[in-house]
Amino acid sequence: MDELLQEFIAETRESLEAIAGEVVAWEADPADRARLDAIFRFVHTVKGSCGFLDLPRVGRLAHAAEDALAAVRAGERVPDPALVNAVLAIVDRIGAIVAAIDAGAALEALGEEALIAALDPAYQGEKGIVPAQPATIQRGQSRSIRLSVDLLDRMMNGVSEMVLVRNELAHRLAESGDQAFEGALDRLSHTVAELQDAVTRTRMQTVDALFSALPRVVRDTAAELGKQVTLTIDGGDVELDREMIELLRDPLVHMVRNALDHGIETPAERRAAGKRDIGRLAVSAHQSGNRIIVEIADDGRGVDTERLVAGIVSRDPMRDAELRALSPQQRLELMFEAGVSSRDIATATSGRGVGMDVVRTNVEQIGGSIALLNRPGQGLTVSIEVPLTLAILSAVVVEGGGQTFALPRQAVHEIVATAAGATRIDRIGDGRIVTIRDRRLPLIALDEVLGLPVRDPALLAVLEVPGGSYALGVDTVIDTEEVVVKPASPAVMRAGVYAGMTLPDSGHPMLLLDAAGLAEVAGLRFSRIDRVEEEAPPAAVEEAGIEALLFEDIDGRRRAIPLAAISRIEPLPAASVHQAAGQHWLSSGGAPVRLVSAVALRAPADGWSALRLPEELGGAAYPVREPIDIVRLPTDIAPAAAPLAGVALIEGEAIELIDPLALGAMPAAPRLCLLHGAEAGWMEIFLKPAIEAAGYRVVRQLAPGEMAEVALAMDGEEEAGVETGRLLRLGRTPADPLYRYDRAAVVAALEEAA
Amino acid sequence: MSARELHLVGRLGGRGVLFPATQVRRVVDIADIVPVPHAAPAVRGLAALRSRVVTVIDSWRVLDLPSPPPGRHRAVTTAVDGHVYAVLVDDLEDAEPVEVVPLPPGTALGESWAAIATGSAVRDGEPLLAIDLARLIARVG
Repeated sequence: MDELLQEFIAETRESLEAIAGEVVAWEADPADRARLDAIFRFVHTVKGSCGFLDLPRVGRLAHAAEDALAAVRAGERVPDPALVNAVLAIVDRIGAIVAAIDAGAALEALGEEALIAALDPAYQGEKGIVPAQPATIQRGQSRSIRLSVDLLDRMMNGVSEMVLVRNELAHRLAESGDQAFEGALDRLSHTVAELQDAVTRTRMQTVDALFSALPRVVRDTAAELGKQVTLTIDGGDVELDREMIELLRDPLVHMVRNALDHGIETPAERRAAGKRDIGRLAVSAHQSGNRIIVEIADDGRGVDTERLVAGIVSRDPMRDAELRALSPQQRLELMFEAGVSSRDIATATSGRGVGMDVVRTNVEQIGGSIALLNRPGQGLTVSIEVPLTLAILSAVVVEGGGQTFALPRQAVHEIVATAAGATRIDRIGDGRIVTIRDRRLPLIALDEVLGLPVRDPALLAVLEVPGGSYALGVDTVIDTEEVVVKPASPAVMRAGVYAGMTLPDSGHPMLLLDAAGLAEVAGLRFSRIDRVEEEAPPAAVEEAGIEALLFEDIDGRRRAIPLAAISRIEPLPAASVHQAAGQHWLSSGGAPVRLVSAVALRAPADGWSALRLPEELGGAAYPVREPIDIVRLPTDIAPAAAPLAGVALIEGEAIELIDPLALGAMPAAPRLCLLHGAEAGWMEIFLKPAIEAAGYRVVRQLAPGEMAEVALAMDGEEEAGVETGRLLRLGRTPADPLYRYDRAAVVAALEEAA
Repeated sequence: MSARELHLVGRLGGRGVLFPATQVRRVVDIADIVPVPHAAPAVRGLAALRSRVVTVIDSWRVLDLPSPPPGRHRAVTTAVDGHVYAVLVDDLEDAEPVEVVPLPPGTALGESWAAIATGSAVRDGEPLLAIDLARLIARVG
């Protein structure tokens, strides 16, 4: 709060200096609208800040002046000299109080009622007599000045240059063997390091500066609306460019107010919906790649998109057909349309001020984006994502495949040595699972993911990414250091595994790894978990752990499948299975039933059983060697690729858990997707997993007689010799209809083509 | 008559090339390159030029030519969208004003060269291909 107060004082003092001229000019010509507006803005801003800062005296003065000036602006009142005098007296008094706060002195509230009363048109006091400026207040020495960011940038570049010169000098001196300058060089090094630290910090601020005002905003807004809300704040120590913080301030407060007003219901409504009386609002900041993501998640009613559409249509009936054709997500995006009032979104109380369109414009202006995740009846999550153009990051420097990389310290949960015996690594399918103190995590090796020379990892860094954790095998951990992250060029970012780059004192550039990107490139899939629910008290503990059938699969491994996904278990005589149309079928009296499995199917041996899946899951049969037991699944399930729901530890053994939905969704015969042209190798690396997940088999070359349902080619590539049902062209820039890095769009296009 | 504009004359893959002086920030020698694993092959890596980190482009790869072995190479630096790239070349000779004219009709440059060429000029009887650095970088993939 102190920091905010300091800022308020500096800002107010600055504005006072700036409007001093306006005040005089307005006094000379009370009809001057531009002057009037300037003074109005000043009292309005002061009033707003006072709400946050708990300065009721200043707030009351500013509020009264604002009301009077608003009446003038609205033409309801003519500015006469008495009004001008009264307003000026208030402006002066605000200045005096602010100076007193700054100096830490008390200022008697003498005559403030009179000042406010003087604004009244009916005021009959001694006209023209303005309470004298208290001359006794010592003007506090200002401890802050404002600098242009350009100047800071220049200082930063200068210091970086100095570090390199110092390094060079140290190197030369070491070569020459001359000891005479050693002391001086040490002092220089020390000074340069301190200077560098100071200069880099000038631009940075923790997100706390942004979050610290929120408890008050939430408390006041909730009280106004008669709602109860608990606020949780997370990630306040994330550092962000000062400028970015300023630009995020208004959008954030707006989003929080919106969540309280339109999202969270009254206690009575919540009870009726089967929720706790007290609403939850979670505001968090975290870094993902080279972006900072600020999330505002509420557990309210979400957005009623029907109502949103209806609201727009009632004002603009011409758009009816257009809006009806939109997908639910597109309808949600209507919130960002200019002129869509919050009244269309739900009830209205805090619908004053800027709309969502302004918020979005502001966020986009700083290179950010804003995304909505709507769960009707359960809440809305707004994610504001901004670039981390110039951020200091505490980084862990690791070595893998003979090269050093930086990992954001924030993403590293712990570092474990594989040799210590506390870990156990198992192969599972093509992947690996590491067990660290009863916690099972997918394991990937840094050198392997990056295609560098592979060694057995000596250390494991447990990394946390949105939705889960995984272990990253590295050769060594060198140290932790504070690095200044600079954005890397698109050519580098396209690798998908970097968050940026940095130039440490060594003078050798170092790449900053993106934990989420690495997981994605390595094929790990985490489902996004609702942060609010994650923080919910464990009220439903006794429900945890669904029942599952443990069985021996046809490849001899033990796997499990949720019991609810099996309608019955029946014997599977070898003779009842036959092959047709590239599939295995079970004839059991009626229509043939398709066999599905997590592994390659083959003709059954005698004694196998079939797990029959319910009709909703496609009614297929899952062949097994032997059903073993009914077990209760632990709540802690490590993620794995489809058709696995994950990996669970059952009786000390890592067991793959089958996802029955993925089995049912498996197509009768995988459709064929051809990667065509010179970029096929690139597509294989970047898109193959996504394409396969969409139910295709991916090939770079068609076998004779084969025909691909879909082919992918880069824009401008020839399509001669492509035997295909449909050709999708990938563009090289985000402006293209189908941008090749927009995996979601590519998958959607593939699904549409199917 | 189109004006003669200042160009850097250099060699790339044994061919004479021209880079418009307006696109070139500096001519540098680059020796220490930190590789960028998993990036496109034409990204040779990162290098520090004073306090700035630049992305080093393997121009030969962009043009499907054999890359020379690692070592000290000459490069021109250029900025695209606020990012600075060092584009490696065989050699750079000179800067001089030349008049770039469209290629003679029917000239077959090959796909990679054609994508980055803007025209040509003749110097001392040798035809030189004018290269657009931004287009070269866009081809990195």
